Amino acid sequence: MTSIVRPRVLPGFSLTLGYAVLYLSLIVLVPLAALFIKAAGLGWSEFWQAATSPRVLASYRLTFGTALVAALINSVFGFIVAWTLVRYQFPGRKLFDAIVDLPFALPTAVSGIALTAVYSQNGWLGQYLEPLGVKVAFTPLGIIVAMTFIGLPFVVRTVQPALEDLERATEEAAASLGASRWQTITRVIAPSVVPALLTGFALSLARGIGEYGSVVFISGNMPMRTEITSLLIISKLEQYDYAGAAAVAVMMLLVSFAMLLLINLIQRYATRRYQGAV
Amino acid sequence: MDAATLQPLPLGNVPSARVRAATEDSPIARWSLITVSVGFTALFVLVPLAAIFAEALRKGWSVYLASFTDPHCLSAVKLTLLVTAIAVPLNLVFGLAASWAIAKFDFRGKSLLVTLIDLPFAVSPVVSGFIYMLVFGMQGWFGSWLAEHGIQVMFAVPGIVLATIFVTFPFVAREVIPLMQEQGSEEEQAAITLGASGWQTFFRITLPNVKWAVLYGVILSNARAMGEFGAVSVVSGHIRGRTNTLPLHVEVLYNEYNFVAAFAVASLLALLALVTLGLKTLVESKLHTH
Repeated sequence: MTSIVRPRVLPGFSLTLGYAVLYLSLIVLVPLAALFIKAAGLGWSEFWQAATSPRVLASYRLTFGTALVAALINSVFGFIVAWTLVRYQFPGRKLFDAIVDLPFALPTAVSGIALTAVYSQNGWLGQYLEPLGVKVAFTPLGIIVAMTFIGLPFVVRTVQPALEDLERATEEAAASLGASRWQTITRVIAPSVVPALLTGFALSLARGIGEYGSVVFISGNMPMRTEITSLLIISKLEQYDYAGAAAVAVMMLLVSFAMLLLINLIQRYATRRYQGAV
Repeated sequence: MDAATLQPLPLGNVPSARVRAATEDSPIARWSLITVSVGFTALFVLVPLAAIFAEALRKGWSVYLASFTDPHCLSAVKLTLLVTAIAVPLNLVFGLAASWAIAKFDFRGKSLLVTLIDLPFAVSPVVSGFIYMLVFGMQGWFGSWLAEHGIQVMFAVPGIVLATIFVTFPFVAREVIPLMQEQGSEEEQAAITLGASGWQTFFRITLPNVKWAVLYGVILSNARAMGEFGAVSVVSGHIRGRTNTLPLHVEVLYNEYNFVAAFAVASLLALLALVTLGLKTLVESKLHTH
């Protein structure tokens, strides 16, 4: 071993690596493996049946659809928030910057009951929306609101550093070569921020798909209509259908891993493209 | 006088309306964007935050304060503190060990290890709790063995601790690893060469160099550990006074239509979140100046 690796001055390599790998295996890898083994125990056809029954499919559609809408809303407004924070000076900017992280810091159950209180029939906003025929609490719209709340910081915090890294000189060059402000924004600024925006979108989407605490209170939890996938897993567990729950959980995990892979690919593409250009 | 009119205008005579740089947005665009972003954030973030305190104080201060004297509330506070006091230090030790191995040495599979450390963030909270049921629950791998020996993990404190460790697993490591990598290992090598022991080097050189990143990770883990709901909900069993953490206690009170008490406990957690944000902002500024 030592002949291959260059001699090390610093001590503690085997101790720290050994401990890290052991702890990682015990806490993360073994329990995750248990999930896949449980689902595999079902056999292919039974697994597929459990993972694609009508009620489960309805929950996928609802969860994915609402998370997608929320991620799109967050991409638009998250970008504007990041832009204002990076480019403009205004009173209270520091405080505003800190407040953006509140959805990260607020326990999800607390966000859930707070949003429900605001949007329910006699809540602060609900009482004005109800007469307009807009029902938010206990409908898919409420789920979108909760997922938007929880996903906003992901977009802001990934786009913000990308905007900070932009060289003013590039914009000045574009302007002095005769580009209008709008052309500079759409042709110079936007392309270099797109990878960050896509990453933020994907993070927000992934968070929405997995979200539980902030959604269950406002969603109403009606099977086939307002039951998200996380809640469906819990109701399967309450009926001691562990194998069925494992099948749905495996599907959710595969989606999250795919999202993780996608995010990594976007970032790798972005670093290659933009570091190569410098 | 012709000569005078040909003189360039002195700087003081520049028209009072400031000339806008080409890379600046017009004031109309600027103020409408500021309005949109502050408005959106206020609507989606500040209104719910204010609602927590308004609902909690709906029946006045005395009812609000009385919510905290409930013995179940006190035991929820104690359990939350206990779980956090176990989970956060364990992840801190792991985070430091992993950072040392990853930042100071080269080995095969390093990038895989870094990816795996982040894995818990990709797992839905409900699934995070569920996987421990498959290992320690009655139908799980060690369920019957544990039952024979009278050890209860699921629906008891150990299960809650495990689920909390899982959801806060990457926080310290992901803050410290990049900083330690950036700092290299010249200082440590010098210390070792001059005769310091490994522990001395770690405590006197490495740790002081990364202390703000460590603190940042600890603050985030602490907030998540105290506030985790989904993962803990699956493994807790919701036994009042025994396995209810603060967020679970909020849920129980809310489902009993005891709204004032539910929002009172929630306001405690909201205060914790605000303190977390304050500390986070403070530590961030320290991190950036270093």
